[in-house]
This record gives sequence, structure tokens and C-alpha cells, in this order.
Amino acid sequence: MHALALLAASVTIIGAIMVITRKVAVHAVLYLVVTLLALAALLVMLGASFAAMLEIIIYAGAIMVLFVFVIMMLNLGQSDSAREKEWLRPRAWLGPGILAAIVCAELLYCISPFSGSLPTIPPITAHDVGLSLFGRYVLMVELVSFLLLSGLISAFHIGRNWMEDR
Amino acid sequence: MPAFPFNDTVLLATVLFSVGLTGVLVRRNMVFMLMSLDIMLNAAALVFVGAGARWHDAVGQVMFLLILALAAVETAVGLAIILRLHAQGRPTLDADTGNLLQG
Amino acid sequence: MGEILLPLLILSPLAASLVVFVSAGRLSACAVGTLACTGVGMSAVISVILSVMLLSGPATGTLQVMLWPWIHIAGFSADIAFMLDRISVVMILVVTIVGLLIHIYAVSYMHDDPGIARFFGSMTLFIASMLVLVLASDLLCLFIGWEGVGLCSYLLIGFWYDTPANTAAARKAFYMTRMGDAALLCGLLLLATAAGSLHIGTVLAAVANGQVALSAVNMAALFILIGALAKSAQIPFQTWLPDAMAGPTPTSALIHAATMVTAGVYLIARLHDLFVMAVPVMALMAVLGALTLLMGACTALVQSDLKRILAWSTISQLGYMFLALGCGAWQAALFHLMTHAFFKALLFLTAGAVIVRTHHEQDIFRLGGLRHAMPGLAAAFITGASALAGVPLVTAGFYSKEMILSGVWAAHFRLTHEWTLSGHVLWGIGLLGAFLSALYIFRCVFIVFFGKSGTTATGRTSRLMTIPLSCLCVLSLCGGIIEMPMTFPPLHLFSALLDPTLPPSHADEPGWLVLVGAIVPLAGLGVAWVLWGRPSPIMREIPGQAAVIRFARTGGGMDVVYDHLFVQPFRFLTWLTRHDILDHAITGTGRLTQAVSTSVLRSRTGFLDILTLGGRRGIRSADHLLGQIHNGRVRWYAAWIVGGLCAGLAMAVLA
Repeated sequence: MHALALLAASVTIIGAIMVITRKVAVHAVLYLVVTLLALAALLVMLGASFAAMLEIIIYAGAIMVLFVFVIMMLNLGQSDSAREKEWLRPRAWLGPGILAAIVCAELLYCISPFSGSLPTIPPITAHDVGLSLFGRYVLMVELVSFLLLSGLISAFHIGRNWMEDR
Repeated sequence: MPAFPFNDTVLLATVLFSVGLTGVLVRRNMVFMLMSLDIMLNAAALVFVGAGARWHDAVGQVMFLLILALAAVETAVGLAIILRLHAQGRPTLDADTGNLLQG
Repeated sequence: MGEILLPLLILSPLAASLVVFVSAGRLSACAVGTLACTGVGMSAVISVILSVMLLSGPATGTLQVMLWPWIHIAGFSADIAFMLDRISVVMILVVTIVGLLIHIYAVSYMHDDPGIARFFGSMTLFIASMLVLVLASDLLCLFIGWEGVGLCSYLLIGFWYDTPANTAAARKAFYMTRMGDAALLCGLLLLATAAGSLHIGTVLAAVANGQVALSAVNMAALFILIGALAKSAQIPFQTWLPDAMAGPTPTSALIHAATMVTAGVYLIARLHDLFVMAVPVMALMAVLGALTLLMGACTALVQSDLKRILAWSTISQLGYMFLALGCGAWQAALFHLMTHAFFKALLFLTAGAVIVRTHHEQDIFRLGGLRHAMPGLAAAFITGASALAGVPLVTAGFYSKEMILSGVWAAHFRLTHEWTLSGHVLWGIGLLGAFLSALYIFRCVFIVFFGKSGTTATGRTSRLMTIPLSCLCVLSLCGGIIEMPMTFPPLHLFSALLDPTLPPSHADEPGWLVLVGAIVPLAGLGVAWVLWGRPSPIMREIPGQAAVIRFARTGGGMDVVYDHLFVQPFRFLTWLTRHDILDHAITGTGRLTQAVSTSVLRSRTGFLDILTLGGRRGIRSADHLLGQIHNGRVRWYAAWIVGGLCAGLAMAVLA
């Protein structure tokens, strides 16, 4: 079991690194899907199978499809990947890499190791999540629905003007 | 006992977050910046789920759902903006060209 | 039964408003008017049923409905809850019945306006918000209605938004009342922290049993008073109401005469137990009310615009109500509120009908002799004017004004040990105000309806307009006999309605008070007849050149004062921010250094030369560096954020 977890974790990190280094956008999307699937496997191992399902359905499914559609509409070609190559010279990696490494190191330093694992506890089921979601956090659900609605409206508005301008 | 200890979860999430951060800072193409942002959001969500499992609280997964919704909205609006920019004469999607004000 | 009817009372105008707004442009003008009148009419019927139910019950009975809890945190709670008691019964009857009459009138008045759906949507929404304000049993819930009526007032003042003056008037009203709203919110927060809840009963109980410190009570009362003053256009907030006449006339009748501007009076009457504890605030309220009533009456006396005369007279009458509230006679204030709603709505609606038939002529000196062209409207206007002036025995205004004056006579403020303010002085001011009221309103009557004929009137007043006018005429005449002065037959229905437990017992006033109160309006009428009414009037037109007249006509120059006090400093601030003073300072320093360095360079003194050159280079490179920080590149901004995160984490780690 632990080996499987290590495998999934390493796939996640390698996939993420591949995402940020690709020159062709579609490749990056595919690597991102792999990353998300591995992350879903990790979520299952954490006992959150409901969250894992949602991660696969919504993230790896819906959001990635959105990316794929947009990349198709952008109509990228050979010149674009050449330009990406031009932008991604080794020197460009230096500053961001150092900054991110500092943040990573500081975060890891901050997190004091937690004491060992608890005795066996039943995993959190979708039932518990639902009760919590529509009990104490029902206002949050409302706010999120507002957020989704406003996102929908703004995406629609931006896209509609674009169509008219064409 | 969960198959994946909490310490390892936090470690993984930190590394994943840093990788996403590097992506946001390095890439000039806005599509890649959006993908890197998604990686960062996933790292944050992973910490929530891990903490929920560690302390056996459903709130972790509730937060995961909220982050999922946030990511969906962010991606949708971001991609709409990208399409708009692409259509209006900025086909390279270079994030550095949006500095008309010049500070 | 009551639990269902009470929410329905608010819901029916709200639903009508939503339907009208959503279907804007798809329904015919007739359908829109019918819909709005149905919504308001339903709530009028419901309010009559509810008041019968409540008044047939026990004397202290109230009807409480809690719809849902709103905020529940430690130490504070607020609910969406409504309460019908004997104070709010009066208000819902006034709001719905006068509102219904004005809606019926407006169907005819607005029938050919393209924006009729917007108009009726805002009007019904206003009725709904006003009912929320009146019925709320929680002060936070009341605040929703308070803001809602302000919004509707803004929308309706700027209804004809093509004219810049109208939108400016709307903005002015909005800003002026907004200042008061901020103060009201401060007062509410003060009460909430002191009492732990904003439920009116809880707050009043906490104040009554000394749970709240006296200083906190005084401050809260002062803040609430400021909010009420702004809403009711009292000194020093009075300037927005005359400009608000830019809206359609039914709006002026409903919002800026009958209901919304009386919200401040209602709020203070509601919280009178709180205000009783705050003696200095009560004294301030009475003095401000007295000043406002004098000032409004004096200004109304020199106006030449028909609607503006009525607006200033509204301010003056509201001053009466605040005077009564300040003297503790809140029943009298509510009674005057009710009769004022009747006769002022009548005056406004009649003025609107006159203006429509004379092709939108509002200058009273160009009107004249309309008595022959429109006898019905003349009769209605004279009825309203007599009620406003308080012509004794036959009009409603007389009884309510008598009640206020007798309440003021008995008042007595003990501010400090040796400093007391007697009610007799305020009574004198009130009496002078009554004289002036009769003078200015009959000046208007004599100039507009008598004398030489000015403009030609055409058309007929439609039946939809005459029905509400006649109803309001009846109410203005007979609405007052439910409460007789002390020296008259003991008929005190209104105070019995408000407070059935207490027998009316202010019997220590001398009998000549009523006599004086009856003679003074008649004297005003007589003087008006002598000055403007006789076949060869003494004063046809007020000489406009006299400085005092010009000063009074602009409302005492308050607009100019506000312009200098608030508007100009604000403009200056925006100018500062627009021209980025810091930027100027930095650039100026840079230029100065540059100039100095060039001059020093020219003097060719070797040591200083190098020094200034170095300084110049340093400043230039620093300038360049600062410019680099905000270069408008997203990724750089992200990098700065990450740098800040690094620094913050490092501090956390090292600490």
C-alpha cells in the first residue's frame, strides 16, 4: 500500500514538472490530466473517495476539457512552440527557481513534524461531508453558488463581446 | 490508519505548490500560467483533505469542494479572457505585454 | 390567520413590483397600472383586516411574526421579524390607504409616459420597503426598509433622467440621506453592543432597567436623531427636499410628503422610551424642530414655484412633528403625521392636476384665476390648504396642531440644575409657525385660483384622478375629529388607540390655549386676504431685488454653505488624488535636484561638481529602480508577492 502511495506521489510531482516545462500546450494538458489522476489516487488513499471522484469528474474531466477546447480555438502551430522554446531559455528558470526553492524550504522548515498516526478510525464518508456541507456550511454553499453564477455571467459577457467584434 | 501519513501529505503538497509557483513565474504564455495556478490550487486542496483525514473532520472535504468550485470559476473566466485577448490582436498570449500603463 | 396575513401584507406590493419590473416594456400602460394598484390594494385590504383583528383583541396585544433568523453569533443576534402593534397599525393604514389613492391617481397621471413600468415598479417597491420599515420588530430589519425607501426615493427623483438637473437632485437627496444613514447605523451598532440584540423590545427593556450606561444612551439617541433628521429633511439636512420635487408629482405626494419623510418621526416615536432617557437629545430635537418649522414657513412664503412651496411647507410641518417628539408628545406627532399625510397628499395631487392642465406651468405668478376654469380642483386645493393652515373645527389639521401645541405647552426640559428650557417659548414659536402656515398657503391659493387669469387651462381632469382627490378631501376634513382638544367633548379615540392603558391626563392647560390656537390661523388667512386676495391686492408680486428675499428664496443659503463646507473640499481631495500629489512631490524634488546640480555644474567647482553629479546619478538610478517596481508585468507582480511571502515566512521562522 505504501509503495503504491509513493508511486502516486512521484507521478504527481513528475507530472507537474512536465506540465510547466512543455512547449506544446496540448502535451501540458495531457500531463496535467495524469497529475490529477495520480492526485485522485492519493485522495482515495487518504480515505476521501468522494473527493477523489469529484477530482476525476470535475477537474480531470470538465475543467481539462475546457482547456482542450480553448487550445483548439486558439489554433496554435509550429511557430508558437518555437516561440515557447525561445521564451524558455535556461536563464529564465534561474530567478523563479530560486524563489520557489526558498519558499519550499521555508514552508518545510515551518511545518513541524506531527506525532505519529492515530489508531484506526473509520474514513470520512460522503454522508458526513453532505451533513457538514448542508448543515453548518450552508451559507458557504450559497456563496459558492453566487461565485459560480458570477463566473458564468462574466465568462459569458467577455465571450459575447468577442463574438460581436468578430 | 490511513495509507498515506499526514507528514508525507504536507511534504507532497509543499513540493507541488512550489512546482506550480515556478510555473506561474517562468511561463510567459497565459495558458500555461493558468495550468500552473491549477496545480497550486490542487496542492492547497490536498492539504485540506489530508488534515481532514488526520483529525477526522468532514470540514476538510467541504473545503476541497469549495476550492474545486473556485478553480472552476477561475479557469472559466481566465480562459474567456485568453480567448478575448487572442481575438483582439494579441495572438502570442504573452502575459508581459499587458503593461500599457507602464507604472 | 395573522401570521399569514402579515408577511402577505409586504409580499403583495413586492410581488407586484417584481412582476412590473421584469415585464417592463411588454405590458401596456393600463396593465401595469392595474397590476400595481392591485398589489397595493391587496395590502390595503389586508391592513384593514389586520387592524380590525388587532384592535378587537386585548389592549396591549401585539402580533409577532418571525420569518427566519438572520444573524446568530455570540453576543449578538438579529432576526427577520415583524411586529404589529398599535403604533404600526396607524402607519400601515396611512401607508397603504394613501399609497393606494396615489397609485390610482398615478395611473391616469403617468399613462402616456414611456417609463411607466419603471415608475410603478419603483412605487410599489417603495410601498413594500416602507411596510418593512414600519413593521420590523428588529432594528436591523428596520434598517433594510430604511435603505430601501431611500433607494426608491433616489430612483424616482431621477425618474426623468434625461435632464441633468434631475439626476443631480437625485444624487443630492441620496448623499444627504446617506450621511444620516451612516449616523443611524452608528447608533444601531452602539445599541447592539450595549444591549446584545437589536430587537426593539429587548433594547428598550435594556435601556429601561439601566443595563445601558447613560452616556451610551445619549450617544445612541443622538446618532439616531441625526439619521431621522436627514431622512425627514430637518435642519441642517433640509436642502434636499425642495430639489426632490424634480420627480413626478405622485412621487412627491407619496414619498416626499406623506410617507418616507415621516420615517424619521416614526422611528423616534417607536423608540420614545429610549429618547425619554436622553434629555439633552430631546431638547435638541425640540429646538431643531422649532427652528425648522419657522425657517420652512418663512422660505415657503417667498417661493414662486408651486411644488416648491409645498415642499417647504412639508419641511415646516415635519418640524412640528419633531417639536412634538422633542417635547415627549409622540402621540401628537403621530396624529399630525396621519393628518399631514392626508392633506399634503391632497395638496400635491391637486397641484399636479393643475400643472398638467396648464401645460406644466409651475410658477404661481403666471397661473391665476383658475377658479373659473377648474372649480373642482380649486375646491380640493382650498380644502387641503385649510387643513394645512388648521382652520378651526372643520379641518383635520386643526385638531392635530392643537394636540401638538398643548403637548408643547406642558413640556419642560431640565438640562442642568440652573439651566432649564420652558415649553412656553417653543409653544410661542409653534403658534407663530401656525400663523405663517396660514399666510403662505393662502397666499398660494389667492394667487393661483383668484385674481386675474393667467394661462389658459385645457382638458378635463380624468375620473381616475378625481376619485382619489375626493377621498383625500373627505379624509382631510373629517380625519381629525377622532381626537378632540381637552376643553372639548371628551373624545380621544386616537390616544386611546395608541395607548389604551393610560387615561389622557394633561388637564392642567388653560382653556385659552385652544382659543388662541383657533384664532391664529384665521388671522393668517385674513392677512393673506388683505395682502393678496382683494380685487386690488396690495402685493401682487414680491419685489425680487431685496437681498433678504433672495436669501430666503434659496432656502437660507444653506446650499452655498454646504458647497463651501463639503463639496469644495471634496472636489479638492479628488483633484489631489487625480493629480497624485506624491508623484508631484517626488518629481519636483528630482527636478529641483537636477536644477541645483546643473547650476552647480555650471559653476565648475571641482569637488562639488563630482558630488552633485554622483547625487544626480544616484537619484536617477533610484528613480529608474522605483519605476521598475511597477512595470505592469503580471509575472513581476507575482514575483513580488512571492518575495513578500518569503520575507514573511522568514520572519516567522526566525522569530
